[in-house]
Amino acid sequence: MAAVTRQTILRLVAAIVLVTVVSSIVMLIPDWNGPQASAEAKDIDTLFRTMILISCVVFSTVMVLLGYAVWKFRAKPGDESDGKPVHGNTRLEIIWTAIPTVIVLFGGIYSWIVLNNIESEAAERLPIEVTAQQFAWTFEYPEQGVVSDELHVPVDTQLELHLTALDVIHSFWVPEWRIKRDLVPIAEGNPTDVDNVVRVTPTQEGRFQLVCTELCGLGHATMRAIVVVESRDEFEQWLAEQEESQGGSEGAASEDEGAGA
Amino acid sequence: MAALKKPGMARAFLGFLIGGGIGFGVVVALRAISGLEIFNTEPSGYPHVIVPAITAPLGFLVGIGGFTYWFKWALGKPTEPEDHSDHGASSWKDYFKFNTDHKVIGIQYIVTTFFFFILGGLAAMGIRAELAQPGTQIVDPQFFNGLFSTHAAFMIFLFIIPIFAGIGNYVIPLMIGAPDMAFPRLNALSFWMLPMAGLLFVASYFAPGGAFDAGWTGYAPLATGAPLGQSFFNLGVQFAGASSIAAALNFLVTIITMRAPGMTFWRMPLFAWANLSTSLLIVAATPFIAGAQFMVFFDRILNTNFFEAAFGGDVLAYQHIFWFYSHPAVYIMILPGFGIISEVISTHARKPIFGYRLMALALIGIVVLSYAVWAHHMFVSGMFSWLRVPMMITTVLIAVPTGIKIFNWLGTLFDSVLHLKSTAMLFSLGFLVTFVIGGISGVMLGMVPIDIHVSDTYFVVAHIHFVLFGGSVFTIFAGLYHWFPKMTGKMYDERLGRIHFWGTLIGMLGTFIPMHWIGLEGMPRRVADYAAVWGDWNLVISIFSFILGAAQLVFIYNAVVSWKWGPDAGPNPWRARTIEWLVSSPPPRFNFDEIPRVVGGPYEFGVPGARHAIMHSGEGAEVKPAEPAVAGTAGGGGSP
Repeated sequence: MAAVTRQTILRLVAAIVLVTVVSSIVMLIPDWNGPQASAEAKDIDTLFRTMILISCVVFSTVMVLLGYAVWKFRAKPGDESDGKPVHGNTRLEIIWTAIPTVIVLFGGIYSWIVLNNIESEAAERLPIEVTAQQFAWTFEYPEQGVVSDELHVPVDTQLELHLTALDVIHSFWVPEWRIKRDLVPIAEGNPTDVDNVVRVTPTQEGRFQLVCTELCGLGHATMRAIVVVESRDEFEQWLAEQEESQGGSEGAASEDEGAGA
Repeated sequence: MAALKKPGMARAFLGFLIGGGIGFGVVVALRAISGLEIFNTEPSGYPHVIVPAITAPLGFLVGIGGFTYWFKWALGKPTEPEDHSDHGASSWKDYFKFNTDHKVIGIQYIVTTFFFFILGGLAAMGIRAELAQPGTQIVDPQFFNGLFSTHAAFMIFLFIIPIFAGIGNYVIPLMIGAPDMAFPRLNALSFWMLPMAGLLFVASYFAPGGAFDAGWTGYAPLATGAPLGQSFFNLGVQFAGASSIAAALNFLVTIITMRAPGMTFWRMPLFAWANLSTSLLIVAATPFIAGAQFMVFFDRILNTNFFEAAFGGDVLAYQHIFWFYSHPAVYIMILPGFGIISEVISTHARKPIFGYRLMALALIGIVVLSYAVWAHHMFVSGMFSWLRVPMMITTVLIAVPTGIKIFNWLGTLFDSVLHLKSTAMLFSLGFLVTFVIGGISGVMLGMVPIDIHVSDTYFVVAHIHFVLFGGSVFTIFAGLYHWFPKMTGKMYDERLGRIHFWGTLIGMLGTFIPMHWIGLEGMPRRVADYAAVWGDWNLVISIFSFILGAAQLVFIYNAVVSWKWGPDAGPNPWRARTIEWLVSSPPPRFNFDEIPRVVGGPYEFGVPGARHAIMHSGEGAEVKPAEPAVAGTAGGGGSP
């Protein structure tokens, strides 16, 4: 019966380190989450890549030990003997209870810090009312009384999105921003605890797609909207154009709120 | 005519018709008397359909004989003394009767749930056929939404959860030295409720508006306004849930009170520990999904407005109630599998389980923690934001007891004699690989910032299939291969078993690994159509999923042919130690001539003279059973 010697342990550790290094390199090369286009995306991606690294350590450890056991201890044909009657090892069991606890708590606390960072409020914020219904998005700029079916926003400004659904639950997600939040139907006038404000700071100009990620019915797959992140000047210009064109017919619906702002 | 009076299939079908007829008649009569329109055909209405959908299955259960004894007893009529004439099965026809033998019920469960596995699998094949290319080719979005909703409903409620009850039904009483389950009649009724749930799920395909299509999660208010099929889901879950709760109660009482003399809790096989833990979860958690589905059902037909925001209802309440069941349900679907893996690895590697007591305690730890993690399904739901961090901490912590189990299984494999040719062992080793991947992505999903990005994407789809397919289904196959010789008395073909294993493993990895990638890049889940950039990966996924589907045909062929024509297995082909292997295969009609006496731990491989159980009273005299230590004393893992 082959026994596990000190030399074997050293070799196993070396193999685990080797596999960890190789798998980490392979796993960290791809740009998993795609382009980053918001301030929040950077923090989230760094956390994600840290977790990939830790995962590679855990996965490599298990796979090396499993691979070694299968290679080393597989039964020869016709071998009807029993294995070594080891019932456990308290020290080892304490080790592999403690180390995972430390790892997951590290991940949990790190995530908490990231969560606080990505949800911190900037001094200056642009409020936008986002309304979802089967199967369309509407964006309202309350300060200007402008309503649009495209989300135009200025770059490097924190957006404060107020989310409302009119029929069923929808979900707001721009993959490049990494930020997602459900839009929950709320009755006007009823007290509610729903946290329907989400903040995000776009940092890249360009056109993106807003995707509904909560199953909302037959048109769910096609419930998209265009998101345009542009310079402050371009945004102001777009807003002015919209204000002008909506002055008549379309603007009437939102005039009350517009006047109040 | 005589057949219609005796409990049985004929009377069950008659009961089904009478039950449905009564339900229909009552609705029509009451509506006519009240002066209402007789047939209400609003999408969420149809009382003349849904009331019969409740009464017809009940009529079936009465007809099959599910309530005969209790009716007679309640009415004060003489009950028929149990003559055990319905124990055992001598032909296939006996499996279509109300049978109170736990071994017959176990087979009924396993075969029935496997049938639903095939239905759920066909739905999955349909999903992958449609998603092989971007655009809409084969099914329209409505049918597509019905496909993925029924796929999950079949797999979760009618395959994974009940097949574990089936395997447990067959194995647990034998394993703990009991003649049967504690409540045999309740046991039979538990089984017969399942086909009723399946019937309702299948029937929803024929309802106007198509099969239920709000996902297996059935979130309100999408579900409250959905067409008729959703009511079939609400009701089907009641039958499956009631079946599950009754079975769990039965397991609890059986395991706690009917263990053979000498079988202390610390001498109980880990599969029994796992069933005990699972049952604790089921009895306390399952009523919550029953409640959630009833509330949706009442919102639909009685305008109760539990979840209608416009009328003061609380939309998020549905998710809290639903996940308070459905997160423990994830463990309901994996803990019995953990038990199976412990049995298989110990037996086929010829070694005592490493750290037996910690293995049992880890199960209990999971039971306790799993009640405190549900809101991690709701990190982006807009729920009270303060709740996210504590739920994140409990969620990542629940990985610890799971990790302990993985490392203790690895510890068991060291210095073992590992029988790699056994298909049950292969599935257990495959499980260790796939479940670790699913566990790792689970910890990532538990972290709020990562979850904000990947929630409701294909990353989640990949994760749940790594834990439910790579986890639960792999353990189910390990268990089915392990106990197939015990249940049928026949040996299966190990070569076909290996083909099945490799086809399943390769198909599984090829199907679900790329789903992580497209999810991270931005492909949402539950979509009938997607952006063209993900076309290539989706084609790859679909091809591997067809390999995965085809591999299951090998299993079906192997099981059917081996059952009929396989070589005799003998009582103990694996030279296992637990009690079910110390009786003939298949076991005698009443399990034991004499109740066995347990004298040691269940996995004393390699311990000279150690025994787990003594089967005949005469035997004990000449064998002086060694009293081996259970854990923590023998040997050091490091140096010899």
